[in-house]
Amino acid sequence: MSEKRTLLLDEAGIKRALTRIAHEILEQGEDIRSLAFIGIRTRGVHLARRLSRLITEIKAIPDPVPVGELDITLYRDDLDTRSDRRVLQATKVDFDVSGHRIVLVDDVLYTGRTIRAALDAITDLGRPRKIELAVLVDRGHRELPIRPDYVGRNQPTRKDEKVRLSLKEGEGVDQLDLVSQEAAS
Amino acid sequence: MKGFQRKDLVSIDSLSKDEILMILDTADSMKQILRRDRKKVPPLQGKTAVMLFIEASTRTRTSFELAAKRLSADTISLTPDASSLTKGETLFDTVKNLEAMQVDYVVLRHPQSGAAERLAKQVDASVVNAGDGWHEHPTQALLDLMTIRERFQKFDGLNVLIVGDIAHSRVARSNIYGLNKLGAKVMVAGPGTLIPPGLTGDSEYPVEVYNRLEDALPKADVIMMLRIQLERIGQSLFPSEGEYARFFGLNAARLKLAKNHAIVMHPGPVNRGLEIASDVVDGSSSVILPQVENGVATRMAVLYLLNRSPEAIRGDA
Repeated sequence: MSEKRTLLLDEAGIKRALTRIAHEILEQGEDIRSLAFIGIRTRGVHLARRLSRLITEIKAIPDPVPVGELDITLYRDDLDTRSDRRVLQATKVDFDVSGHRIVLVDDVLYTGRTIRAALDAITDLGRPRKIELAVLVDRGHRELPIRPDYVGRNQPTRKDEKVRLSLKEGEGVDQLDLVSQEAAS
Repeated sequence: MKGFQRKDLVSIDSLSKDEILMILDTADSMKQILRRDRKKVPPLQGKTAVMLFIEASTRTRTSFELAAKRLSADTISLTPDASSLTKGETLFDTVKNLEAMQVDYVVLRHPQSGAAERLAKQVDASVVNAGDGWHEHPTQALLDLMTIRERFQKFDGLNVLIVGDIAHSRVARSNIYGLNKLGAKVMVAGPGTLIPPGLTGDSEYPVEVYNRLEDALPKADVIMMLRIQLERIGQSLFPSEGEYARFFGLNAARLKLAKNHAIVMHPGPVNRGLEIASDVVDGSSSVILPQVENGVATRMAVLYLLNRSPEAIRGDA
């Protein structure tokens, strides 16, 4: 088996997608002071920080839009079927979620189970006025009734394919790939 | 990186440095949850944890029970007088009966060294050692390590002084293992009768022995006082409380000999005026209450990390 990579978005493409999402979030016409981002670890946090920076620049506001970091491990529905237990990362949400309009940010939307877990995790922190969902890629195959409010790119996939996002903050390069396994010829 | 793969926690001796650090990192995150308004999270929902304490203990049992509840497990507490062990049932049979009631976690305190390890091999439930005889008390060492790391952010180059009855202390033993694995230097001080012979000869877990507390204190970054367990020590090994306090009790004057930043720890319950003076317990160097808070966070981390996958239960994870 060998790996076949198809480039879906390059650095400029990712930037365009995030900029469009930032504008769409602002087009709702709501008070920006109640807006806050919560990113799902790890890449969702990086994307949430970028969205916060973009909106802070576009609106030229003095205080950046707050960003929280969420670890959803304790809320997963498959803890007992995994062959090991992962270290729990910190959940860092320094603002009171209650009353905020929260935009939850993740890199790839797939089955929807991560988002279900994230919604429960946020509910344990307080009662936001509203929670919206922004993802860089929606690859389909939902197993729960969850849909995103903001999507960078809709990418139909097969279940045996993988969508792999690399970001400067972690991997050193901005790149979105579709990876599939091919039988060696 | 692989995650935590063990079904049970029976000793610090059996853990790798990486495994200890995984528990400490997870405990740091658990502590944040304890400080929230809503202190409960769902990973152990629908699971049952039994506190099986064949030896009396209020603090450790409460701490474990609270930890299990914070993770949404149901808990039952069994104490010696309430259990059929007094009617002659073996520990194995007691736990097999509990397992028939679909119990997932057994937190065991037992007067016999090795009880937890033996039980872990016999049952499918995850076994956590909450103290076995003179052997180990792993979660106490883990909470101590967490507390030390919180203050110093490292273990390399730290001198940790353990004072008291080293010979009969499972807390000391677990800490000597854990501190060595993480790179700290361990010193012990106590009456010669309460220090096991040949302690320094163990090259895997080296320890420096001091017979005078005053000689060890100036080097210490951490001073860990052990409780004098009068119920464990034979009369012949321990002359008198007054004499012990005079030579090995930590009071304000002695504490001045230690480094300025030194912290004072104690696993509790404290005998004020015996191994430690009242003003030291309540003083600014004391981290005794933070230890108690970290105890709940550590036990949450352990209960969460223990692997309940079918592979782990079968024993081939």
